Parts: sequence; structure tokens; C-alpha cells
Amino acid sequence: MLNSLLPIRVAGLCLNKGDRDLLRGLDLRIDDPGITVILGPNGAGKTLLLRCLHGLVEPDRGQIIFGDLTVADSRHQQAMVFQHPVLLRRTVLQNLAFAAPEIAKSEPQRLIDALESVHLADRCDQPARMLSGGEQQRLSLARALLARPSLLLLDEATASLDPASVLLIESLVEAQRAQGTKIILVSHDQGQARRLSDEIVFISDGQVAEQSPAQQFFSAPRTRVAKAYLAGEILF
Amino acid sequence: MDALSEAFRLIFTLDADLFEILWLSIRVSLTALAFSAVISLPLGTWLAITKFPGRKFCILLLNALMGMPPVVVGLMVYLLLSRSGPLGWMGLLYTPTAMIIAQSVLITPIITALSIQVIENLHQEYRDTFHSLGVTGRRAIVAYLVDARFALTTCILAGFGRAIAEVGAVIIVGGNIDHLTRVMTTAIALETSKGNLTLALALGAILLTLSLLINALVIGVREYAARRQYA
Repeated sequence: MLNSLLPIRVAGLCLNKGDRDLLRGLDLRIDDPGITVILGPNGAGKTLLLRCLHGLVEPDRGQIIFGDLTVADSRHQQAMVFQHPVLLRRTVLQNLAFAAPEIAKSEPQRLIDALESVHLADRCDQPARMLSGGEQQRLSLARALLARPSLLLLDEATASLDPASVLLIESLVEAQRAQGTKIILVSHDQGQARRLSDEIVFISDGQVAEQSPAQQFFSAPRTRVAKAYLAGEILF
Repeated sequence: MDALSEAFRLIFTLDADLFEILWLSIRVSLTALAFSAVISLPLGTWLAITKFPGRKFCILLLNALMGMPPVVVGLMVYLLLSRSGPLGWMGLLYTPTAMIIAQSVLITPIITALSIQVIENLHQEYRDTFHSLGVTGRRAIVAYLVDARFALTTCILAGFGRAIAEVGAVIIVGGNIDHLTRVMTTAIALETSKGNLTLALALGAILLTLSLLINALVIGVREYAARRQYA
């Protein structure tokens, strides 16, 4: 299935905060559909890269191109799920309706279907912020998927969730992959990366240290830092 | 003691003069509040979420205006509405409308500044999500106003409390005319100066009760919002 946001080309991305170089001329090219998992030690720049891709952070230097679109032009085809779900102070259903007012008007059943897909249809009139952490994240994924994005970015979306919610979110992510959505996922969970990824981008010290097919990365990482990471050594 | 019992007699027998003053006070303050809220809440929200050169100065100015002495507001509105002033031709001086204008001017900076603080906090939380959902401009302002509705209610009630307890500005532009522009605070000032403590005490008791009710309402709203995770 053709994805208009591919290939994703990132060239010379630099970001400096204070006297720290957070991204140091990061280059990356993602050609293939499927799930790309970004791995790396804490503070390597994984989340920052994701935020740059989504236009939440403006890099000091460098360029990001989606297909032939800029970040701003591609925004309406992207969706992002954050580590900590932010839901409006409204009911579950109103949260979805707010995200997609046109759909809420013309195809209200789609909102119910979206809630059913995350097993929240019976909670639609409940205040969203009274849901459990896992339920809130499921709702936030349903909200992100409503617009049928071409690119879905997930920033440690299953961190500290219960196993049932993790399983459900992973199955929804896989279903999105099957529909042709490009997925870029930041994770600390190597098990999750092994389960989901088609490709691994390993980031260290604000640069891409290694990019390879998932199987190859886990069986024979090329760089010393990736080997150390996979061996569970503490990197900083 | 006699004055106090007489004051309660006025309240419980629904004294016509007393309730005329009470009704005018509430009508003037609620109308001023409505005008002010319509301006302050969207303005405060816009200032809280929009970056532009001079924004900090605007907020600084609003914060300074929060502490503006009511008599100065009264004087400004008086100069505006007096016969030789730019709006003198409207003949509004010494009318309830003039009092509404003065109270609106007085409480608009208060509600705006308080709402900026409320919305700034919410903006910290919502900014990335709104960016991600493509929510900007007027839609964002409305969303912030809806989602901060309970916190903003307390800002509005604070404005109402300030308006109804105000005396300096309304006495200058209203003139404290019996059966026309006499409100609770100006009546209390007048009756006390005349030594007629009965009416002053009755009005004072009502004013205190109103203040208690407003505070109870603020607490009630906060607790309801916290219970429903809407705070």
C-alpha cells in the first residue's frame, strides 16, 4: 500500500539546549512501511527526534521531508500518542468528538466503533480523566487513529501500563500496520521492540548509531554501543 | 443592640427600600460581570496561549490594573461620561449604566489576569495535544474556555465579589441618588455617616451573607470539579 509520507528523510538535524547538544547532525532515512522502533539509552534524543518529526520541536538546523512534504504540510496526515495521555476534561465520547468534529457530525457511528476497538464503548459517558492509566492511553490511541493518519508516532505509549492494555495497544498498532500506516515507535522495552518492529533505529548521543532490519539488529548488532545496550549494560 | 434587631426586622419583613437597594446592587453588579466576562475570558485565554511581542507588557499592565484604586476608575469614567467629556452627549452620568461601566472597568483586569493564570496552567498540559490534533485559533480558545470552566467560574465569582463590594467608583459616577443609583455599599456609607445604623447594619448583614454565599459557591464548584476530575 502506498504511503504518501514515505520516504522520511532527516538530514543534519541539530538541536542545542543551553550548552548541551541534544541532536548532533542526525541523519536518517526511512523508506519502508511497517513499524520502525527507535531504541537507545536515556537522553539519547529518541523522544526529541519524534517531536521534531511531529513538528512539536523546531530544530536549530537540519531538514525533515516526508515524501515531498515538509513537516508542516504533512501534519494533518500524522498522529502522535504521548507517553502520558492528555485527555480533555470531558467525557470519553466528547474527547473523540473534539478530535474529529467533522466525523462526529457526519459519521457519529465511527466514534462508537473507535471506542469499541479499544474496549471503551461502555464508558463513553464517563469523564475521561476518571479512566485508569491504561484506559486513558487506549482512548488516546483511538483518538489518534480517528483521522486515519498515514504516520503514527508513539512515544513510549505503553510505558508503565498494565499487560492487558499493552497487549491491546500492540494489537491495534499491528492492525494499523496491516492497513498501511507507517508507525514510528519509541520504546525502552526490548521485548516490545522484538515483538513489533520491522526495523530498528538505534540512537546514541544525538545521532543514529545503527539502523537495520529488526532481526539483524537483535541477532547481530553492528555497533559497540548497541551491543552494550542489548546486553543490558547501563549507558549514558 | 436595638439597631441590630431593627436591622433584622427590616430584612425579615422584606422592607421595600432595603430590597430596592439590594436588587439594584445585584442587577448592576451582575450586568457589569456579564460584560466583563464576555471581554475578559476570551482575552485572558488569548493572552495565555498566544506569543507576540509585548505580551509580557500586556500581562504586567493587567496585573497592575488589578490593584487600581476604585476611586481612580470612578474618576476616569466620570471624566468620560461628564457633560464635557467625550461621551457626555449620552447622558449616562448618575445612572445605573454609569455604575455598570465603572464596575466593568474595575473588574475586567481582575478577571482577565486571573483567567490568564488558569489558562496558562491548562496550556502547559494541552499544548502538545492541541498541536497534534491541529487545534488552533478560535477553536483552541473555545476549547480552553470549556475545559477550564470550573476554574474560570471561581475567577468570575471573584470578579462579582469585587464588583458588589465596591463603593468608591459607583459613588462618583452614580451619585448615590435615592431610588435611582443607591446600592448597598453607597447606602451603607451614607447611612453610617448620618448615624442611621439600622439600615446600614441590615445592608451590611446582607452583603456579608452574599460574600459567604459566593465563597461557598466557589468551594462547591472546586469540589465538584475535583470529584469529576474536571479541575
